[in-house]
Amino acid sequence: MAITPPQFLLHHDGDNVAVAMEDLEPGTLHGRSVKQGTESTAVLNHSIPLGHKFALTDLAEGDAIIKYGIKVGLASAPIKKGDYIHTHNMRSYRWEASRA
Amino acid sequence: MGSKPRLTGYRRQNGTMGIRNHVIILPLDDLSNAAAEAVAKVIPGTLALPHAFGRLQFGEDLELTFQTLIGTGRNANVAAVVVIGIEPKWTQKVADGIATTGKPVAAFSIEGKGDLQVIAEASRVAAMFLQDASELQREQAEIGDMIMSIKCGESDTTSGLGSCPTTSQAVDRWVEAGGTVFFGETSELTGGEHLIADRCIDDACRNLFQTTYDNYIKVIESTGANLLGSQPTQGNIAGGLTTIEEKALGNIAKTGSVPVVGVLKPAQEPPRDKQGLYFMDTSSAAAECVTLMAAAGAVIHLFPTGQGNVIGNPIIPVLKLTANIKTARSMKEHMDLDVSGLLRYEYDLTKAGDMMMDVIERTVNGRLCTAEVMGHREYTFTKLYISA
Repeated sequence: MAITPPQFLLHHDGDNVAVAMEDLEPGTLHGRSVKQGTESTAVLNHSIPLGHKFALTDLAEGDAIIKYGIKVGLASAPIKKGDYIHTHNMRSYRWEASRA
Repeated sequence: MGSKPRLTGYRRQNGTMGIRNHVIILPLDDLSNAAAEAVAKVIPGTLALPHAFGRLQFGEDLELTFQTLIGTGRNANVAAVVVIGIEPKWTQKVADGIATTGKPVAAFSIEGKGDLQVIAEASRVAAMFLQDASELQREQAEIGDMIMSIKCGESDTTSGLGSCPTTSQAVDRWVEAGGTVFFGETSELTGGEHLIADRCIDDACRNLFQTTYDNYIKVIESTGANLLGSQPTQGNIAGGLTTIEEKALGNIAKTGSVPVVGVLKPAQEPPRDKQGLYFMDTSSAAAECVTLMAAAGAVIHLFPTGQGNVIGNPIIPVLKLTANIKTARSMKEHMDLDVSGLLRYEYDLTKAGDMMMDVIERTVNGRLCTAEVMGHREYTFTKLYISA
């Protein structure tokens, strides 16, 4: 299975966040979904380290962040497609008090 | 490796199968750590298990400490036990709880004698136990004879993508071969607890799971605390995990696809006649969780990590695996398996599962895991509330 190592992975098609598989610089990247194996490209706006996330769609404050095909949090600020996502713009919807 | 691993172990008097052959010196309480550690120095090859508690505990909290001590002694990786306590009554209670396995147990108490006399008396017995244990032979073992436990730590986003799905492969194969597996980490199911509830084998199991989960979360949420930095941990956040829900789905990714057949209290042994995947109500703190699972009878533990955890346990091998290439390189001496190639698509998940089973087979058969070699023997009790 000789496949070019993906620069990002998303768990499921339809997830609105992807995970960096190496330390990444802004630009156009190639990746794939783990579940369905769909190949795709995405634009990254910021430098992010391996394992960190970026948005695959524009998100308004309060929008659901979907990973594994399941809601894993809410946007706590407006997020543009390609933006870095972490504690500064995403929060738990279960533990309301858990905020950066 | 073939489809059926060739496993060996030590058959204990009550039929359980161990993969290590420890003679342990078990202090009842913090006050007895010094004597226990002294005995292990006098008789090298025995293993002292110092810990911080055992005094003035009461009620459910005391029962859990007894259960943890007794369960540790009962574990099939333990050949014989010397228990040392400050006073005789609770010391004897722990020794009696272990003795029903049929394995050699001796109890010593310090009051009225002092450390030196107890060290001398206990060392004579420890020496005899060690010699006797050294004659025990490995015999052929089956997966159905053994309990495996799983818990991840210092997780990051690569855990949910690589090391946890690899662990999942081992869980499914273990259970399908007739084995038993424990998973726990109650708070760390938050956001995905419905996935576990859906896998419970019947309504009774599902209701017990839901009640157990709800009760644990009630305690956490009643504090109103900001848990960012605690759960997820600072290490999780450094690795890219943002919320408890995101961490939970990665955690759950290691539990396989088999049904959940039962719910256990912390350190509770499962029924011997019902194999399968059990949920145990535990903290998500690594050493606490592995200590409880070993006390319930797990003889080997799989520990997926992202940012790199170093944990071990005194009596059971803790196998650590990572899919984070940086961790695999920078913390090589703590990693038993590097599955980072999975994320580079160098091989598929079935192959990663084969690699995991190969490491498990070798470890069961006696190869020391990194935690054993590095001397990581974290023995950490879960405290339910303040002491009296």
